[in-house]
Amino acid sequence: MAKTRPALASEHWAISARDEPARNPGMAFEPSWLDEVRINRSAVERRAGTLPTRRSIKKEWQTAWLLKAISCLDLTTLSGDDTPGRVRRLCAKARQPVRADILEALGVAELGITVGAVCVYHAMIEAALEALAGTDIPVAAVSAGFPAALSSAALRLSEVEASVAAGAREIDIVIHRGHVLTGNWQALYDEVRGFREACGNARLKTIIASGDIATLGNVARASLVCMMAGADFIKTSTGKEAVNATMPVSLVMVRAIRAYRERTGHTVGFKPAGGISTAKAALGYLALMKDELGRPWLEPGLFRIGASSLLGDIERQLAHAVSGRYAADYHQPMV
Amino acid sequence: MVTVPQIFQTMDYGPAPEGAAAAEGWLDSHGRTFKHFIDGDWCAPHEGQWFESSNPATGLPLARIAQAEQTDVDMAVAAARAAQAPWRKLGAHRRARYLYALARLVQKHSRMLAILETLDGGKPIREARDMDLPLVARHFYHHAGWAQLLDREFSGYEPIGVVGQIIPWNFPLLMLAWKVAPALATGNTVVLKPAEFTSLTALLFAELCQEAGLPPGVVNIVTGDGTTGEHIVAHPDIDKLAFTGSTEVGRAIRKASAGTGKRLSLELGGKSPFIVFDDADLDSAVEGVVDAIWFNQGQVCCAGSRLLVQENIAEAMIAKLRARMKSLRVGDPLDKAIDIGAIVAPVQLQRIEQFVAKGLAEGASLWQPDWTRPDQGCFYPPTLFTEVAPAATIAQEEIFGPVLVAMSFRTPAEAVALGNNSRYGLAASVWSESLSLALDVAGKLKCGTVWVNSTNLFDAACGFGGYRESGFGREGGREGLYEYLRPVWQATLPPYDAPTRQADPVPPPAGAPRAIDRTAKLYLGGRQVRSDSGYSRAVLAPDGTLIGEVYEGNRKDVRDAVEAARKAQDWRRATGHNRAQVLYYIAENLEVRAAEFRDRIAAMTGATRRAAAREVAASVRRLCAYAGWADKFDGALHGPSLRAVTLAMHEPLGIIAVVCPDEAPLLAFVSLTAPALAMGNRVVAVPSERHPLAATDFYQVLDTSDLPGGALNIVTGTRDTLAKVLAEHDQVDSVWYVGDGEGSAMIERVSVGNLKRTWVNYGRRRDWFDVAQTEGREFLRQATEVKNVWLPHGA
Repeated sequence: MAKTRPALASEHWAISARDEPARNPGMAFEPSWLDEVRINRSAVERRAGTLPTRRSIKKEWQTAWLLKAISCLDLTTLSGDDTPGRVRRLCAKARQPVRADILEALGVAELGITVGAVCVYHAMIEAALEALAGTDIPVAAVSAGFPAALSSAALRLSEVEASVAAGAREIDIVIHRGHVLTGNWQALYDEVRGFREACGNARLKTIIASGDIATLGNVARASLVCMMAGADFIKTSTGKEAVNATMPVSLVMVRAIRAYRERTGHTVGFKPAGGISTAKAALGYLALMKDELGRPWLEPGLFRIGASSLLGDIERQLAHAVSGRYAADYHQPMV
Repeated sequence: MVTVPQIFQTMDYGPAPEGAAAAEGWLDSHGRTFKHFIDGDWCAPHEGQWFESSNPATGLPLARIAQAEQTDVDMAVAAARAAQAPWRKLGAHRRARYLYALARLVQKHSRMLAILETLDGGKPIREARDMDLPLVARHFYHHAGWAQLLDREFSGYEPIGVVGQIIPWNFPLLMLAWKVAPALATGNTVVLKPAEFTSLTALLFAELCQEAGLPPGVVNIVTGDGTTGEHIVAHPDIDKLAFTGSTEVGRAIRKASAGTGKRLSLELGGKSPFIVFDDADLDSAVEGVVDAIWFNQGQVCCAGSRLLVQENIAEAMIAKLRARMKSLRVGDPLDKAIDIGAIVAPVQLQRIEQFVAKGLAEGASLWQPDWTRPDQGCFYPPTLFTEVAPAATIAQEEIFGPVLVAMSFRTPAEAVALGNNSRYGLAASVWSESLSLALDVAGKLKCGTVWVNSTNLFDAACGFGGYRESGFGREGGREGLYEYLRPVWQATLPPYDAPTRQADPVPPPAGAPRAIDRTAKLYLGGRQVRSDSGYSRAVLAPDGTLIGEVYEGNRKDVRDAVEAARKAQDWRRATGHNRAQVLYYIAENLEVRAAEFRDRIAAMTGATRRAAAREVAASVRRLCAYAGWADKFDGALHGPSLRAVTLAMHEPLGIIAVVCPDEAPLLAFVSLTAPALAMGNRVVAVPSERHPLAATDFYQVLDTSDLPGGALNIVTGTRDTLAKVLAEHDQVDSVWYVGDGEGSAMIERVSVGNLKRTWVNYGRRRDWFDVAQTEGREFLRQATEVKNVWLPHGA
């Protein structure tokens, strides 16, 4: 696995889909940093609301950007009724996310577009690995008491270890929201640090469950603590909260990533998840990454979108780009 | 041709042009030639003169536009005049329906209007589409509501008549809406001149007026350059002028219209501070700067063009700002993915370049992103100057371009001092997560709008307008409607019968009986002082009897009086309750000496003892009225159309010079000084020239009434000589003048130095005993500025 350290905002930053940036080693817990956090919700909402309107992406550019969105997609199934069969279908889609004739017509067949990862529960890791054999698409497992994170500490830790042992290359843990809501940042740091160690070589994504932790200030502080503890990605939501990924929350989190990089030099990725179901929304997130963090954050090594139905909408847009006709959903192979 | 795989690697932004075909088609449908819109129809220019409007992004011509000369303006004014009475008589509800129709039509044609705006003026289509047009529609909707409510909410007021309106090129249609909507809602008719660079949306708006079935003559649009504007300003049958534009032109309009009796509102330039405290959300503040100075290429009167950053975070803030500037995109304004469009015209681009060169020559440090700007058309990159001294030209002058100057401060007090260190006072932006700090600073900044943790927010419900040389009058909200209304009794005030001035000071007549050998002194800073002039003037009874002498105040006395007023900060800081207590105390002490004042008035004016007693009693009542008002002339809480509250705070102007008439020498003096004091202003009063002793006696009342020294200063002497010095004085914030027409004209003419507010009577006489004419809200409005403080909120 190549490890490169991306330069900030370089003009033509080329990276193949599987190059991965250096991992975030984390740092000693620094509570005073949290006291410095200032977030103004109205101003954040204004920026988050106008950013997509400032960046209209059309024609060939839209096609390329939507393909990029696919390459950054964590194609996800996290349902109680998941079965190996369902996961195999998902993985087939992960390998061939867009109809071959569309890719051919767009002249992008040689790009070998796949999704960024397949994201499943622990019990589905094995099925996913089998279905993805022969590709370099990683399997990500949600872990650590997903989605409520209220099982015992030992159980949560062992769940991470088990998923890594089962072959998950990425672990999406969810934090204990109570630590945030009670301001017990040390406990949050210790918990995430533990998960980071348990991950070994697997990449750690930390879900802060932004919909549960109430304020944007908490979003920023939880993000910083997770990064201090060694998160490789910070992730908005489990998809199970009442409110999942939003642009304002995402803006606060990517600004935290920027602040962390400015202070430590370490690079952390971002994963919005839940509720992103349209191609237009995906373009907005890509523009957010490019404008707030820079070109390196438009690669799967540093950006993922956690979604299940998004891919279908992107496919329809791509079909439209080819044919000039609006596409029907049943013309795209289902997951 | 760039391929999808290439873009997949570079992830660059591509072009995202808005189609202009419909707008171009509209231009073609008019043969790319536009006449004046007068009396509901298109009229060719009488002199056959035309000028060209071009697209600043390409330099290519867009259309040929009629140049209005005197005759065209005459026709437009005549049409507006003829339409005004029927328009007024139409009634509130029917006028409201027209405004509502205009709002709907603006929405229906919003994309075409936005594209035209961008083609003609160079602003990014995103801004025209997302900022200008929604605000335009909102302004008409809001004022449709006011039209409906006018009779009840403004009972006792009437429209002024025909309004001449001159608007700038930076927000062409929005400024039209700000002018036309309140004028129409209140029953006035309009002659409007758009800026010569940007006439097109006004002309499309004229078509919307036709489509709405607006009665002919209610809205007339004449196009042309500054000379057309001069014809409007000079037109004798125009009752009110409303202008938005440069301070320089605003000053010329004030001068040209002086003494004509035309009401005037000016919304002029600015050099607005953008203040960032160390407890601000810095990333959001950086984005605020983008919205402050790189909105509409910085061609915004209220642009936050002076960045003031607390010293301990200055380096971090500047670093973040530079990083952000790198991701701004300059280019084709019709491209939906650019941040900064074209500068309106080559002449403006040159002006910006000259300012930047001057900034460099004066030693400031320049920073621009390293990407290149388009080499065709009028473009200028976002520009940041650091190491700028407050004295630098670029820190003082309005550049009206995408150029930001940055300075640092150490304390809140220093931030306020730097923020106020400007001849302008339009707007400010304050960034802090401490509400208590932000509100404190907002209250101390001398400007009409303060945005807390936000910038460049506008709403029809919130008044907008300046302090100082940023102009006077408000647009939007209830406060803005008063600009287009007057009390119904005002038009019927009689002129003064005889000239009210005395040609020369009257020397004490030889051999006149010298019953009293006493010369009343001036009252400055709470002390009785002799005039610098060393001259005195006689005060005579109607029969020529010498009843006293006063000093002949001169320039230096005025200077000292204003200086005393400037220092009297205690009065400004006093609470309304405190001021009420002092005013009650003055009333009480006046009443104790009622007989003495009665006799004095009788002796000076020849009034009967009974009439003089009535004047004293009325004066006591008036003092009590303003004592009552002192803690009750509350501001308002506006609800703009976003999650915010806007506090419309009533603030004292500062120093008001009050020039009193001869009639009712005590009552008029009290009627003019008490409201100014009640609102926390400091006052320099010139009492009746002929009968000054009531006022000089009055300072003995003041001395026993706990009024802080300097809050009220009295300078006796030749009224218009003193009034002129006061009107010229740059530290004086407003002059109230009650006298003849000639003096009124003089005051307006010489007030242009600092563009102070003026309130003159044009030689019309009020009845000081009539409470409706001489007491209450009109006086309190004259004694206050409305400052709108925006407080967006969110947990």
